[in-house]
Amino acid sequence: MSKLPSADLRRLAAFGPWPLDFEHKEMSTLNSILILLVAFLAVFCESAFSGFRNLLGAQIDLLPALMVYAALSAGLPTVTMAAVFGGLLFDSLSANPLGITIVPLFVVGFLINLQRDLILRDQLFAQTVLRLSASAFVPATVLLMLMTGGHRPALSWFTAWQWIVMTVGGAIATPALFLLFGWLDRTFTYRSATEMSFRPDREIRRSRR
Amino acid sequence: MLKRPHYIAIGTVVMLALILLNLPSHTLARLKLAVGSVFLPLFGLANSADQMANKAGDAITTRSELLRQNESLTRTNQELRMLVMQAQETARENLRLRQLVGWQQAQPWKLKLGKIVMRDPSNWWRTGQIDLGSRDGLTENLPVLNMDGLVGRVSSVGLTRSTVVLVGDVNCKVAARIVESGETGVIGATDPLDNSLVALGFISNKSAKLLPGQTVKTSGMGGIFPAGITIGKIADSHQIEFGLTTEARVKLSANLGALDEVWVKLP
Repeated sequence: MSKLPSADLRRLAAFGPWPLDFEHKEMSTLNSILILLVAFLAVFCESAFSGFRNLLGAQIDLLPALMVYAALSAGLPTVTMAAVFGGLLFDSLSANPLGITIVPLFVVGFLINLQRDLILRDQLFAQTVLRLSASAFVPATVLLMLMTGGHRPALSWFTAWQWIVMTVGGAIATPALFLLFGWLDRTFTYRSATEMSFRPDREIRRSRR
Repeated sequence: MLKRPHYIAIGTVVMLALILLNLPSHTLARLKLAVGSVFLPLFGLANSADQMANKAGDAITTRSELLRQNESLTRTNQELRMLVMQAQETARENLRLRQLVGWQQAQPWKLKLGKIVMRDPSNWWRTGQIDLGSRDGLTENLPVLNMDGLVGRVSSVGLTRSTVVLVGDVNCKVAARIVESGETGVIGATDPLDNSLVALGFISNKSAKLLPGQTVKTSGMGGIFPAGITIGKIADSHQIEFGLTTEARVKLSANLGALDEVWVKLP
């Protein structure tokens, strides 16, 4: 088990439900349900509220950010369910062919989940790279798949700006998701009992005997 | 090194994607509407919240403001009544002339009011969903418009919701006519930078002079949109295909970025 200074432990604990010993840890059923619920709400918000679209000319997609969180803190079944569920919901409200968003989301989640033991999750640089990469990869791949399938989405030089907005927006949204899930986890789950240094079978003798 | 659970997950996702992407289009449309129906409770809640917010806003409106709005609405009502009287007289005259010449009588439009409840979450399509469906008499390819002009057409219909493809989407082509010159063309998609601009191409007269401000309306030739619906006004024009033909950009009359209530023309 890695030993970290207590200040670092407190900082990591405040950031989210990281497994502090950095060993593989089964995600609770509640966390999996919360991930699916947030995917559902994220797609609804993207469809119902056009504030970002009217302001910046592009709508921000929160699903890649959610896949990054699910990949780093949940198991492969949860990652698969999040990709399938989120992709189906997104495509059901869009003119995309149903199921086209599932594959890019799954690829992002799968690759991060596969290598998560090697990823320095507590380092800001690693987090930023993951966020930016996922938010850039998913829409680009969806567009490529659409064009490969013979569809003709509306593309122009402005699409590059929309892609930048989606990438940066998703990168900003990822830490917010981690904070949200951290709060939900602290609110709805019991904290594991910490091991104290006091043991009843120990006795400190302070004498000359 | 991949393990068995990894292969199972990859296989499951790939199989599911292949199955979904190869479904027939009709089945796919129904499946999309079925999956999209899980959002109905949320949209109902959002609608209720919107109504409550409006009521709260109405409750704090001052009496003088209400009186001012009432006066303005009364004046607008009187002006519209005058216009309706003139239009009715024009319609009677039109009917008499049609009977004299032996033309088929024009039928008045049957319109159904709907509300845009959601927009496409992706950035490369222009679609939305309205709260009308097959139980309201809707079918595919019905024109959708608002009081400003053409909005789009119905692309798929569910029981309580329908998908509308907006003007400017690549899947919504409109047969158009320039009122002042009589030239015809086809409205298609244009740069997604500005949602209010669409392209008018395939103009019948290749050397037509297209001037900014000319009105563009539906020509009725496509079989979907009846003639006479306002699309917009020409913003500018330019030569394409090395000067062989002309294309114009049309500024839409309807504000697609702020759609709320729309009318669907029933058959």
